[in-house]
Amino acid sequence: MTAARDKFGRPVVVVTGMGIVTSLGTGKSDNWAKLVAGESGIRTLTRFPIEGLKTTMAGTVDFVPVEPFSSTGLSERLADLAVDEAISQAGIGAKGDFPGPLFLAVAPVEIEWPLRSELGRAVGTTDVTYDDLLRVSGGGKYLPYHHRFLFGSVADFLAEKFGTKGSPISLSTACASGATAIQLGVEAIRRGETDAALCAATEGSVNPEGLVRFSLLSALSTQNDPPQAASKPFSKNRDGFVMAEGAGALVLESYEAAVARGAPILGVVAGCGELTDSFHRTRSSPDGKPIIGCVRKTLADAGMEPGQIDHINAHGTATPENDKMEYLAISAVFGELAKQIPVSSNKSMVGHTISAAGAVEAVFSLLTLEHQRIPPTINYEVPDPTIQFNVVGNKARDAKVTAVMSNSFGFGGQNASLILTREPA
Amino acid sequence: MSETSVPGPAEVWITGIGLASSLGEGLDANWDALNQRRVNVDEKGFAPYIVHPLAPVNFDAQIPKKGDQRQMEAWQRIGTYAAGLALDSAGVKGNKDILGRMDMIIAAGGGERDMSVDTSILNAQARGNSAPGFLNERLMGDLRPTLFLAQLSNLLAGNIAIVHGVCGTSRTFMGEEVAGVDATRIALARIAAGQSDIALIGGSHNGERKDLMVLYEFGDFLLRDKYAPVWERERHPGFALGSAGAFIVVESKAHATARGAKPFARLTSAVADHSQRKRRGDVTATLEKLWSQLGKLDANGAIITGATGADPVTSEERAFLEKHRDFAVRSSGTKFGHTMETQFPLGLALAALSLSRGALFPPADSAGIEIEMTQAPTQIVVIGTGHWRGEGMALVEAIK
Repeated sequence: MTAARDKFGRPVVVVTGMGIVTSLGTGKSDNWAKLVAGESGIRTLTRFPIEGLKTTMAGTVDFVPVEPFSSTGLSERLADLAVDEAISQAGIGAKGDFPGPLFLAVAPVEIEWPLRSELGRAVGTTDVTYDDLLRVSGGGKYLPYHHRFLFGSVADFLAEKFGTKGSPISLSTACASGATAIQLGVEAIRRGETDAALCAATEGSVNPEGLVRFSLLSALSTQNDPPQAASKPFSKNRDGFVMAEGAGALVLESYEAAVARGAPILGVVAGCGELTDSFHRTRSSPDGKPIIGCVRKTLADAGMEPGQIDHINAHGTATPENDKMEYLAISAVFGELAKQIPVSSNKSMVGHTISAAGAVEAVFSLLTLEHQRIPPTINYEVPDPTIQFNVVGNKARDAKVTAVMSNSFGFGGQNASLILTREPA
Repeated sequence: MSETSVPGPAEVWITGIGLASSLGEGLDANWDALNQRRVNVDEKGFAPYIVHPLAPVNFDAQIPKKGDQRQMEAWQRIGTYAAGLALDSAGVKGNKDILGRMDMIIAAGGGERDMSVDTSILNAQARGNSAPGFLNERLMGDLRPTLFLAQLSNLLAGNIAIVHGVCGTSRTFMGEEVAGVDATRIALARIAAGQSDIALIGGSHNGERKDLMVLYEFGDFLLRDKYAPVWERERHPGFALGSAGAFIVVESKAHATARGAKPFARLTSAVADHSQRKRRGDVTATLEKLWSQLGKLDANGAIITGATGADPVTSEERAFLEKHRDFAVRSSGTKFGHTMETQFPLGLALAALSLSRGALFPPADSAGIEIEMTQAPTQIVVIGTGHWRGEGMALVEAIK
């Protein structure tokens, strides 16, 4: 007999539908098969010229057509695919009538270079100023771009197509955004505001300026050849993350509502936690306290002890800084267990899907629970001796997994963690 | 804090306000300017467009490290400054115990572009530089490496954490005007449900940006040539962008009382919706529905709306307001310009300020929408209707 409320008296929040798109493919079965086979989705860029770039590969999603192409347009399309899969699996509501709110993690939006260059050409001189660009922008010729490049436009599209209720929330907590979207859904259900929530996260930002920005911050791997080997979480020779695209979506429901309608229960969001780091815009506090606090808050929120976690789906970006700090913090909380609990980073294969990562990795964590098999961390050839995680290196591993912790840490001091379980704790 | 189930919703107070705007910085400067019916517009610097520029601010007063200021673009400096004012106002500035567990929900857009880099690339392209990799090389060479951090939406929150130490939780909501409503709605719901004790909410906007104006000009949304109050733009609709930072500190009554904090007002309810605006009248109907969800409204109320002046949405809001003539209306856009994500927090700040000072500021139009209100308001409904999407309202009440 499973309780509809957790040990704190709150409604238990379960997952009844999941959808995913990554550079490995569309949908859960394709992604899972390739993930446990240790396949990489990282490839040399073909979307735009690579001359002059230090990093020339990424986990792009090139198999989903978007016309005219824009990063925001791609984000929308990827979210659409993931949400459609999640809602179909959940079998909730009616077509175009999802009975709850939308929480969407989406990258900040702005006018992109192809359009900016088009405006420049419309001005037609060689001493273009922004006053000139403004002069050609009005009059309705570029009207569709107004809504395309509004921050709320992807959420608007999803809200209309899937019929979510109320004001859809678009959010960004940088690389923790996907986890934050899930957390907002969990909180709404726990408050009793809704029986169901649609939590989605999407990223389509591999464009020249997007790549250059991370490159200038020295955040990206430059091990371009072969691209499949670039992302090396927990390895001594790791040198940065690999940008990637994708989307993840989860249908969350109260356990009570899910059982009442006979929905499939794919897992439980047992706990969420977040804690801000105020040390630096891009670096973690050297003592790891904010990450430690985030992980502890998450365990406390789930009412669980470190010993009950039997797999960690790491943030594991493969930047020198992240992986070191993640080990420091996890070992502070988990003690000797930090060396025993199997740890893996999906980013070794799909790259870092940035705004989408928290949701993409939550979906992979739930698939890990379903299949009782932990996807590998590929490219783990030269382990970093200072990071003594029990890394699931290179080959997937069968394991008894009842509770997964999934971590997300981002620029701006954003830390968020989730605990996902097979059954209510 | 660890969330537990609580018996009933907690009462939520506004205990701090921080304002930096085109009318001045701080509560007194803004209040005085409103009562003197002052408006600060620049009709020349961005002609033919009108903007409400930020009044001079001594950023050092809230952002003491020059290094921090250099890491920010104007929108982040305005926001970090105004957030500091709100923390001061609430009496929690420097209180590590409270700031370390304070929740933060920011409504944000994105930051300034480097316009000279943009135009120099466009001009090089116009001169025939179209080699593969030309754009890459210029961006790699010309972009300031940390500019990205001054552009990222969530880095306003990041800067507030760094400068002021607000580091419980940090969430950034986007989506133009309604992001400010959603930030309010979620902070209120979390505190009312016992998921949070105290939160900083707000946003900031730099309206003095031609790069940003391009986006709104695509839809012909910008007010041109001559300033007019929002309600007098029927023949020339549009919004004048404004620069402002507006933050409020909200906390449970129990938390405020325990630390001896004095409230400005009570935040009673916040609601939002998302009309697809397919038919004329949809926005009016949505506003009417939201109005009915606010809770009990009494006879002595006022409305502070962030109506943009853009068409047809402001006409639709006007139709709604005309059905509620018993509430004295004030437009924040007339006074402060349109500050996008910040307009709703600005409205909340003005509502809390008015209630705490026992008066509504004077009307500012000749269209008959805004009427005098002589008695002290006991309730103010803040309205935020997005220029393209999003509708929201909050009820702010006097604490007797």
